[in-house]
Amino acid sequence: MAKLTLVFFLSFLIFSSSIAFQSDELLVDDDEFGLEGAKPRSTDLYTSSSSSSPQQQQQSPTIRRRYSDPTDLDSKVQFTLEHAFGDSDFSPAGTFSARLKTWSHGGKTLTKLRFSRNNFSAEEKDAFKNLLKGDDFYRIRLPSNVVSPPGREFVVASVRARCLPRDGLDEHFIIHMEGANILAVSYGSPGACQYPRQFKLPAKWSFNSHTILKSSEQAPRTPIFTEEILGSENAEGEVEPPPERSFWAKYWMYLIPLGLVVMNAVTQASNMAEEPTGGQAGGAQVQQPARRR
Amino acid sequence: MAIRVFLVLVLFLSSAIVSFSLYEDQAGLADWHQRYIGKVKHAVFHTQKTGRKRVIVSTEENVVASLDLRHGEIFWRHVLGTKDAIDGVGIALGKYVITLSSEGSTLRAWNLPDGQMVWETALHSAHHSKSLLSVPINLKVDKDYPITVFGGGYLHAVSALDGEVLWEKDFTAEGFEVQRVLQPLGSTVIYVLGFVNLSEAVVYQIDSKIGEVVAQKSMVFPGGFSGEISSVSSDKVVVLDSKKSILVTIGFIDGDISFQKTPVSDLVENSGNAEILSPLLSNMLAVKVNKRTIFVKVGGEGKLEVVDSLSDETAMSDSLPVADDQEAFASVHHEGSKIHLMVKLVNELDNVLLRETIQMDQHRGRVHKVFMNNYVRTDRSNGFRALIVMEDHSLLLLQQGAIVWSREEGLASVTDVTTAELPVEKDGVSVAKVEHTLFEWLKGHVLKLKGSLLLASPEDVVAIQELRVKSSGKNKLTRDHNGFRKLILALTRAGKLFALHTGDGRIVWSMLLKSQACERPNGISLYQWQVPHHHAMDKNPSVLVVGRCGSDSSAPGVLSFVDVYTGKEITSSDIGHSVVQVLPLPFTDSTEQRLHLIADTVGHVHLYPKTSEALSIFQREFQNIYWYTVGADDGIIRGHVMKSSCSGETADEYCFTTRELWTVVFPSESEKIISTLTRKPNEVVHTQAKVNTDQDLLYKYVSRNLLFVATVSPKGAGEIGSVTPEESSLVVYLIDTITGRILHRLSHQGCQGPVHAVFSENWVVYHYFNLRAHKYEVTVVEIYDQSRAENKNVWKLILGKHNLTAPITSYSRPEVFTKSQSYFFAQSVKTIAVTSTAKGITSKQLLIGTIGDQILALDKRFVDPRRTLNPSQAEKEEGIIPLTDSLPIIPQSYVTHSHRVEGLKGIVTAPSKLESTTHVFAYGVDLFYTRLAPSKTYDSLTDDFSYALLLITIVALVAAIYITWALSEKKELSEKWR
Repeated sequence: MAKLTLVFFLSFLIFSSSIAFQSDELLVDDDEFGLEGAKPRSTDLYTSSSSSSPQQQQQSPTIRRRYSDPTDLDSKVQFTLEHAFGDSDFSPAGTFSARLKTWSHGGKTLTKLRFSRNNFSAEEKDAFKNLLKGDDFYRIRLPSNVVSPPGREFVVASVRARCLPRDGLDEHFIIHMEGANILAVSYGSPGACQYPRQFKLPAKWSFNSHTILKSSEQAPRTPIFTEEILGSENAEGEVEPPPERSFWAKYWMYLIPLGLVVMNAVTQASNMAEEPTGGQAGGAQVQQPARRR
Repeated sequence: MAIRVFLVLVLFLSSAIVSFSLYEDQAGLADWHQRYIGKVKHAVFHTQKTGRKRVIVSTEENVVASLDLRHGEIFWRHVLGTKDAIDGVGIALGKYVITLSSEGSTLRAWNLPDGQMVWETALHSAHHSKSLLSVPINLKVDKDYPITVFGGGYLHAVSALDGEVLWEKDFTAEGFEVQRVLQPLGSTVIYVLGFVNLSEAVVYQIDSKIGEVVAQKSMVFPGGFSGEISSVSSDKVVVLDSKKSILVTIGFIDGDISFQKTPVSDLVENSGNAEILSPLLSNMLAVKVNKRTIFVKVGGEGKLEVVDSLSDETAMSDSLPVADDQEAFASVHHEGSKIHLMVKLVNELDNVLLRETIQMDQHRGRVHKVFMNNYVRTDRSNGFRALIVMEDHSLLLLQQGAIVWSREEGLASVTDVTTAELPVEKDGVSVAKVEHTLFEWLKGHVLKLKGSLLLASPEDVVAIQELRVKSSGKNKLTRDHNGFRKLILALTRAGKLFALHTGDGRIVWSMLLKSQACERPNGISLYQWQVPHHHAMDKNPSVLVVGRCGSDSSAPGVLSFVDVYTGKEITSSDIGHSVVQVLPLPFTDSTEQRLHLIADTVGHVHLYPKTSEALSIFQREFQNIYWYTVGADDGIIRGHVMKSSCSGETADEYCFTTRELWTVVFPSESEKIISTLTRKPNEVVHTQAKVNTDQDLLYKYVSRNLLFVATVSPKGAGEIGSVTPEESSLVVYLIDTITGRILHRLSHQGCQGPVHAVFSENWVVYHYFNLRAHKYEVTVVEIYDQSRAENKNVWKLILGKHNLTAPITSYSRPEVFTKSQSYFFAQSVKTIAVTSTAKGITSKQLLIGTIGDQILALDKRFVDPRRTLNPSQAEKEEGIIPLTDSLPIIPQSYVTHSHRVEGLKGIVTAPSKLESTTHVFAYGVDLFYTRLAPSKTYDSLTDDFSYALLLITIVALVAAIYITWALSEKKELSEKWR
């Protein structure tokens, strides 16, 4: 029964949010929260939004009545993790419990996720050993909707069993959420999985689980630069005159060849001056051996 | 070393903003453009007047065109939008082409000689319905008879002169569906015959001037009609009843309706369901019963009588008045590789006016449609020409027992494209005589030299242009050193495979897909089947053509293996199972046949080729073969792995069952998959590392198993602007298809599809609409691998303490990070592609097919997430462009320069052997091909490089050396003698 009211309440919330769009006040609220990120992190923010909700509810008395139940606002949800060995059927393997927060604009987020993992029974250990031997898949699944499990479909993930054993069995979940829906779960060992995968039995048959909840990131708005460009031009105008470099620094590449040319010319000129004598001497030297011949 | 030189060059070239552009005289050198119209639906001849004979056609690609009857060239053509299907064509007043489109809601008139739009009228339309266009045939041009149009429950009369709606009648209340509009010549009363709920025949007599109903008669037919109708004369129509077994002749002389029932079984024994064929014959109708076509003559009192029957499938034209109140029609039937065209008089079927036999290419299939036209021969007798549409959508004109011209209109509906190499030139075997004599070669170069020195006369310029087009043997049928000559293999919707030469776009060979199981398989996709590379060099390469018998995805598939060099089908098989997905595997057997998996609707996969060798290769890799399916309807992406052979169910050892490994379930109330995309499987990535300006290293996350998915809120899946920004959001994902991990997820609030994306190396660029900014946006996402980021230390590399050679497994948790940036883009986009080169060194360009059916080349550097507002000096040197809020559209960078690829559907790129160059092929209604060099041709001299100038310079230099040497010798001697 409690579940039913919960469902009613949630469906109402979804419904009311679509009505509530007409309310100006709410829209402003919505926009702000929407921009700050879909899920505000602090509970303060949350309580403020919950206090704003009743005001909104004034619009229809039927809704207010339902609202009198305070637990509905911040409800606890539980959903089970199920696992399968190779092609076997799925069986329960653990429970996630979390608090479901409902925002004034109808959005929902999961917080305070806890996970309790059941240890393997003897049969399951055997099944897992078989998986390890065959390098087969260990599969898990979660309901796609945490409020009304299993939702539309189960979200399945698999890993080669040989990736899990370290000292114990290390596993790592990344649960991708969209409101109360689970989109996908990434499952595997927390670090690398060596390839080729070695057959190795875990020392301890206990799970070491890590869980991360992820919701989608907001894309940054495309910046519009019309003003900034003007600003930046001004800024550039300030910065633009680059530190005046010395004459040498600017034109060294021209100056060096020029210098060489000049030097060359100078030596040429000095040679020219000596040339008549030098030339004759040279000529004499050349002619001498010729004469000897 | 060579690579290093490349790199240096690339870096050098990329430091300048390369805007790709052509000089005017370079257009048409490497590129070609072919114009098509698509499969013809209607044809109206316009040959009465002297002057240019033409035929007006409308096609399934929503093209209305005027063709030259002499040569088959397009005089003019208009491609209407994809949703603007043409329902009818007519010629009004002898000067306007009237088209009715969009289910009878848009009526347009085009000027017959030049195709200018004269007027356009939007008509009321209450609901979807069959539409009808009736253009009065009047020879007096000055008198304006209205055009009557029925569509969406309204009957309109529209003035042909200016498109003004003269009157309209609302039949939506009665549910009256107009079937025929008859306008007796010279009368102002028009007869409108239609059915109410397919059970009551109603005839309205309406004054065509004012739209007033003069008289109305109706009569209920108890059995109900099937809707198939053929009007046989001005006061009679023949209809099939709802059971398709009784032909009902409805006469409405002077507004009195009379029914005359004739069971089909009275006409033909053991008749099954009948079908009225579309041709309009006077006082006769053609009915298809028991796979035979029978001609039924309609007597004066509505009495039906079989006059002829044809056994094989025959295509017929409408009848046409010829001299002396006679009507004639054309029929075409096949006999082996020949087709027989016969023109008969309707009243005397034995009187054959024309009998012609024409040799027909087997690869055109059967004749689908015939349109006949008559003309007066030089000896004053009647001549006939026929325009025929074949099964492969080609259009041919037959006259005097010959094919006057043909158009390969199948190429207007290309579904898949791949490229193939040409055969290697054998020694001593010259395939085409293109090399010139030495004298001609020299002459050509002297001409070029003149051109480059601006000395050329106008005639010379023309000669140079011609030379250039002809030059370099670009049309040879052999492989060339640069890989510029290739075959483009295009599969059309009609199931025909064409091989086009990249040099000039001519059809080298073509092949029609055949199947034993069904008559006309559709072409779906095309795969490289066998590319001899290292082994089996004596084999010719081949491609795999996947077809399907019927449009439903569960229809059985057809495989055909085609030799690329010869165009001959090696084998074909009806595979007996459906084809949902074809997965080329990265394995080949000893003859270099690529292994393919074909997934069917039952969830099994089938291995091809069905050889034991392939099976053993497959068994070896059995554990490592994964695949995924995208359920766009239910919003679930599933990953699968091979499970076992499906020997339990069938004896087929090449059939395997799969099991589900992972699922990604998109909430149906908030997300709907609108686009998925993977990398090209054969893409080459040159380097995994990317060097930053600060000498930092980034490792690209290059994985073949990445899937890009874009989802949009279900409300926002409609047209742009149909929702408010608050209601719509767009979410993009990068999903690893082995494990189902979501590596990147980004939501764009207030954005909407359609999403067009391109995925290459480690980046995705996608285009969508931003509702808040009222603009299109382009976002780039680059994904980098962090697990290798520690390998920056040189010492580590030298000592081998790095993980660069460690095998990568998808089961490790990927440490990736993404960089992304968004820009506004001014244009709407039809498709995006990216250039691909042989080694992947050359910088890339995005090829954006714009809404104007042009292709814009945009440097990848414009969509680089490292762009900042004020790049530092080092960044500028690296070639980072200062960040702007929108991407530039540089008019010179339109690859298609002055052409438009009408109805653009896709762009395919393929590398040439020359690293700098890439082939670009765009298809739609038109085809366009060009070669692109995104960083300019840094590794080859241009075509118009003047070798003569170089030669002359060398000769002159050598001569100068000799002369100066001789002079100096002389001078030295004289010095010595001094």
